Amino acid sequence: MSVDLDTWEIVVGLEVHAELATRTKLFCSAVNEFGGEPNTNIDPLTLGLPGSLPVLNEHAVELAIRVGLALGSEVSPSSFARKNYFYPDLPKDYQISQFDRPINVGGSLELPSGKVIGIERAHLEEDTGKSTHVGGGGRIHDAGYSTIDYNRAGVPLLEIVGRPDIRNADEARAYVTELRSILVAVGASDGKMEEGSMRVDCNVSVRRRGDDELGTRCEIKNVNSLRSLGRAIEYEAARQVDLIEAGERVQQQTRHWNEDDGRTHKLRSKEEADDYRYFPEPDLVELDPGAEWIERVRAAMPVLPAARRHRLAETTGSELEQTALVVERGLDELCLAAIEAGADPVRVLTHAEHNLSDERSLKLDPEQFAELVKMETGGQLTATQAKTVLSEMVEGAGSPADIAAAHGFEAMDNSELESLVDGLIESNPTEWQRFCEGDAKITGFFVGQVMKATKGQADGKAVTALLNTRKG
Amino acid sequence: MSDEQHSPNAVDPSAIETAAAVRSGDLSAVEVLETSLTRIEEREGEIHAFNLVLAEEARETARRVDDAVAGGADPGALAGVPVALKDNLCTKGVETTCSSRILEGWKPPYDATVVQRLAAAGAVMVGKTNLDEFAMGSSTENSAFGPTHNPHDLSKVPGGSSGGSAAAVAAGFATLALGSDTGGSIRQPAALCGVVGMKPTYGLVSRLGLIAFGSSLDQIGPFSNSVADAALLLEVMGGHDPGDSTSLDTEVPAVSTHLDDGVSGMRVGLISEMMGEGIAPDVAARTRAAAECLAAAGAIVEEVSVPAVVYGLSAYYLVAPAEASSNLARYDGVRYGMRVEAPTVGEMIEATRTAGFGDEVKRRIMLGTYALSAGYYDAFYGKALKVRTLIRGDFDAAYGNFDVLLSPTSPSTAFDMGSKTADPLSMYLNDLCTIPSNLAGHPAMSVPFGRGGDGLPVGVQVLAPALGEVPMFRTAAVLEAAAREEARS
Repeated sequence: MSVDLDTWEIVVGLEVHAELATRTKLFCSAVNEFGGEPNTNIDPLTLGLPGSLPVLNEHAVELAIRVGLALGSEVSPSSFARKNYFYPDLPKDYQISQFDRPINVGGSLELPSGKVIGIERAHLEEDTGKSTHVGGGGRIHDAGYSTIDYNRAGVPLLEIVGRPDIRNADEARAYVTELRSILVAVGASDGKMEEGSMRVDCNVSVRRRGDDELGTRCEIKNVNSLRSLGRAIEYEAARQVDLIEAGERVQQQTRHWNEDDGRTHKLRSKEEADDYRYFPEPDLVELDPGAEWIERVRAAMPVLPAARRHRLAETTGSELEQTALVVERGLDELCLAAIEAGADPVRVLTHAEHNLSDERSLKLDPEQFAELVKMETGGQLTATQAKTVLSEMVEGAGSPADIAAAHGFEAMDNSELESLVDGLIESNPTEWQRFCEGDAKITGFFVGQVMKATKGQADGKAVTALLNTRKG
Repeated sequence: MSDEQHSPNAVDPSAIETAAAVRSGDLSAVEVLETSLTRIEEREGEIHAFNLVLAEEARETARRVDDAVAGGADPGALAGVPVALKDNLCTKGVETTCSSRILEGWKPPYDATVVQRLAAAGAVMVGKTNLDEFAMGSSTENSAFGPTHNPHDLSKVPGGSSGGSAAAVAAGFATLALGSDTGGSIRQPAALCGVVGMKPTYGLVSRLGLIAFGSSLDQIGPFSNSVADAALLLEVMGGHDPGDSTSLDTEVPAVSTHLDDGVSGMRVGLISEMMGEGIAPDVAARTRAAAECLAAAGAIVEEVSVPAVVYGLSAYYLVAPAEASSNLARYDGVRYGMRVEAPTVGEMIEATRTAGFGDEVKRRIMLGTYALSAGYYDAFYGKALKVRTLIRGDFDAAYGNFDVLLSPTSPSTAFDMGSKTADPLSMYLNDLCTIPSNLAGHPAMSVPFGRGGDGLPVGVQVLAPALGEVPMFRTAAVLEAAAREEARS
């Protein structure tokens, strides 16, 4: 099942719930920590005991401000409301959440491709506890019994609501990945999707190409990984297109992604949605961080992934997208320092992109990294040798010169290589003829022969250059 | 100090004098307490002021107070003073029920901030007093554990919702009591029981540990036999609490030191809208007498119109139930309190709440749920918030010309038990004069001012702007002195 993208356009807007990395919960002093024995990180407020009152966690506000500044949002005076609904894992049977006055208004996020996705708002709210339904189908309706762990209840969440600017599953994944990088960069969240630190609800609709109006959307819940995010969007878009092509209408619904059957299933329709009876939370006062606090936070902001990508792309003269992985791994500082030390920018970036996936790469000495690249560009090491030396440097084996010496790596001198190549031209006239006629694919034959003869010590590029010289 | 034929206010024990005598060693806290306990033994059976009497715990506290004095330490400003606590204030390890089946047997793991502050001042907590379930009512007849009777006439209600606390002080069971006031729940029973009752400026007293009814309206306040005792109790329990986000970060106004300042030159406005329709003639007459007495003491007294107060009742019966519908959602049988087992969670919650809440609580939950519903919010809750702003504005305008305002506390003296239970609206009208102060967040207090045609106590209400406790107490002190003078003559 896939959508004909010449006829149809997929429109996606994501709502990301990020658990903020505070020491304590949003409105009380119970510890905010993943895992732990059930019902140990609790206190009177967490359990909604009568007489308990919420007191806003300042650190959570600070983290929300950091995210707001990172996304270019307007950090605004805001207030809290109560969202009322009965559910056993919601201790007070209402959730304290920001409703009509969120802390962060507007903003945008730039994907590594350079595409910009609008941000509608971000608001603070408390998390719920966690129900486990035992027996039956594992859902509350048919369970034998349920257990509730309130450790998560009251954990601070920042719900970041994106605009429907995403057009396919890849962009959705890139958006979540980028948002995660930002949250981690500003210290707002650990961004661990597998621990539920980041949870994504996605709104999917489809429309015919050229239409201005948005189609009816469905909200997909239970999307717990980047992989399921992509699959859920693709499935849901196809489902909606099938409906429309069959002459039916898409109903506005909340749907549940089922990882096992790879489908979304209806949870409830718009008509069945709860009436949350929002009203201003009388136990809390207005939250107005004020310009001074906001400026203090701004002054302490780190350089963000998008800016780092731009800086690296400019320094290396590369495409923006080529820098994404390097920045995501946090290797851009290393690269910039090596370039500063005189190493060739393109080689530095190539190594960082392809040969430095190991986490220990972050500990590389930029001077030594630069030295390695210089040895390579100076012809003392072939590309293959340089890669070997680099991987051992990452393992902490020492300086590039020492490692190269230990392996007995020395680049062949040119006269040796020349006679080898001349010999090959002579003994393979048919292949040489094809090379001279411009058959690029045959280049590999000569390079391969040279490598075979030199046991990989030769530099492939030097061989190609030599062949071209001989061709004249 | 025991008197076989105790009639209300015959002894009028003073907290200030008691504490002074206990601190100096002239009187033992144990002795003071035993007097209270004896009275409780004599009359609690017919009055039913308490849900729980803490005789043994109180004896232990009293002994500790006496030991401290003997050891040369100062137990504090309320040393040895018997205090009764409304049963919607959390007491650590002691059953706290809100007079509701749904919380029967629940023991909080903490003390309310006010309870901590009272304990730290050497007060002796004698028991938890009866109330209308979850403080919803004006007669203490809505208690799941039976009604409280007015000590002045057992066939009459004590008022409510803090009827147990008012009756406890009136009957001499305790020298002081704490109540909570959401729409008049301290002042109206104080008036009906002939004691002093005061609602502080919103935010002056911490709500932490007060079981919420209408969070934006609830304030804890004192009951006492005298204006001076109410001042002392306010000073002990008030002041900033970081555990309550709505707590004001300000000093408690120094009411005690200004009690004797008199009202000479003070501008007092008698609220026209609270002197006409719906107010019993004898109560209106006593209120006019109070105004005249203030004028005689040198105040400039005039009638003033505060037009928006007439919408107070309607706005209140949207705001308070709306907040209550949310505050009381947590009583779902999942974590604590009553649970009625049923096949599914949804059915269990429904069965628990059906069995656990009384009719008035259910009525208000439904009212509040409706007022907040999609499509009705603007017409009801939204409009009520606008009325609230309007009332505040009209009060502000009045306080531009007056230091304090005056009105009856309750439209009538204590009424017959059972006479209004079948008609919620007539019951709601009891809070006509008290509700506007809650909506505005302003302080107000009721002072006994003689008796009505039926010989039962009448209370006069003094209202003041936010943090206007000092002029309010000064006025109340003058009224109290005049009423006592009148009673003697």
